[in-house]
Amino acid sequence: MSFDFNLVINSFPLLLAGALVTIKITLISVAMGIVIGMFVGIARVVHIKPIKWLAAIYVDFIRGTPLLVQIFIIYFALPLVIGIHMDPFLAAITACSINSGAYVAEIFRAGIQAVDEGQMEAGRSLGLTWPQTMRYIIIPQAFKSVIPPLGNEFIALLKDSSLVSVIGFEELTRRGQLIIARTYGSLEIWLSVAFIYLIMTVTISRLVAYLERRFDVKK
Amino acid sequence: MIDIKDLHKSFGEAEVLKGIDLNVEKGEVVVIIGPSGSGKSTLLRCMNYLEVPTGGQVLVDGMDLQSADINKIRSEIGMVFQRFNLFPHMTVLDNIVLAPMKVRSITRSEAEKEAMDLLTRVGLANKAQSYPTQLSGGQQQRVAIARALAMKPKVMLFDEPTSALDPEMVGEVLDVMRSLAKDGMTMVVVTHEMGFAREVGTRLLFVDDGKIIEQGIPKDVFEAPQEDRTKLFLSKVL
Ligand SMILES: Nc1ncnc2c1ncn2[C@@H]1O[C@H](COP(=O)(O)OP(=O)(O)OP(=O)(O)O)[C@@H](O)[C@H]1O
Ligand SMILES: [Mg+2]
Repeated sequence: MSFDFNLVINSFPLLLAGALVTIKITLISVAMGIVIGMFVGIARVVHIKPIKWLAAIYVDFIRGTPLLVQIFIIYFALPLVIGIHMDPFLAAITACSINSGAYVAEIFRAGIQAVDEGQMEAGRSLGLTWPQTMRYIIIPQAFKSVIPPLGNEFIALLKDSSLVSVIGFEELTRRGQLIIARTYGSLEIWLSVAFIYLIMTVTISRLVAYLERRFDVKK
Repeated sequence: MIDIKDLHKSFGEAEVLKGIDLNVEKGEVVVIIGPSGSGKSTLLRCMNYLEVPTGGQVLVDGMDLQSADINKIRSEIGMVFQRFNLFPHMTVLDNIVLAPMKVRSITRSEAEKEAMDLLTRVGLANKAQSYPTQLSGGQQQRVAIARALAMKPKVMLFDEPTSALDPEMVGEVLDVMRSLAKDGMTMVVVTHEMGFAREVGTRLLFVDDGKIIEQGIPKDVFEAPQEDRTKLFLSKVL
């Protein structure tokens, strides 16, 4: 078995283009996930039972089923119900966003609950409403403890986004498969793909560590 | 000012307050003493509905807290906690101006001017731009008092405001409270500081097992307690 460096070099531009797509889908999904997760995370701590329950059902369903199955549901099953067929890109983004939203919701919930109870009491005793106290007092403090797990979620989703290759969406992993189908260079291409994922995830975790330190300075 | 009628409070099975009747008049300084776990904090927290009673009524200025606009009423009742509960992500100044701006809807510059006056009053004008964690416990508690005063409350509730402090800082906080009382502020104070209770209190309440066991002018209660339980408690703490 020989290792063909030329294949690696020749395939690199194609793989990098795939990596950009992976970054794109991850960024969009995490951004959407943060928006969803913030609302759902807050919904999990409000004192209105039905809202709390709905949020819990969503989080449990998403975290209790494989992302791969969620992708299949959105790409193959949902069109049978609502009659609209999504293209792979939209389906991929939708599945990843909804998935990420549930994990981010748990991160926010934990962040909110980690803030000392006395903070809510102090806010309310001054006459601030519950939403005001959340907004000005609890959530700003929750943000700090939320950064490291959000970084982890970003990394997890970046890796899991490889699953959308199964619906033919051409991100990094799918690009790798396609090149191998043409060149039979399994060894070279899968190692290259792994290497590119590694570079991306290590970069993100360094970035998160940096952000964490910056946030810490003030306190 | 505060009118409490047959107040009951249970946590699950445990009944913590077993029928409290209490009337706090304007200008009074009511000091509450009693053993640990007797329900002092719970009683105080029912006065602004941080704890919702399971029976009876709490009226503030004649309004039943059950049906009143609770945020409005709370904004008129200052509360000072044992552990200060300052907002650690904000400067001292921002701690004080937040509620006046959001609840009383005054401008930032107005709120800051009032806040600086209050900080001067508690002797911390030079700390306006500090963060709470940069202050000593005594200083933090004085900021917490200033923060509560910024809402121009009609009554101030204190829950063991000096219990979390190193001994050498207790005095500075009591001094601030003493001057508040002198200015005529209506106050309800849960404390273990018997000297303060005697000197500043206009009325002393001894609470045990969820009931008011005895009350009167502090000097009288200290010198000639009527109930055996009061005698026993005082013999331990004095
Ligand atoms: N949120 C709660 N849930 C359950 N039990 C509670 C709660 N808050 C207080 N209790 C219980 O109610 C009783 C009275 O508590 P409270 O804090 O009012 O006592 P206290 O007189 O203030 O005591 P201390 O001097 O120790 O502060 C205690 O037995 C306590 O364990
Ligand atoms: Mg207490």
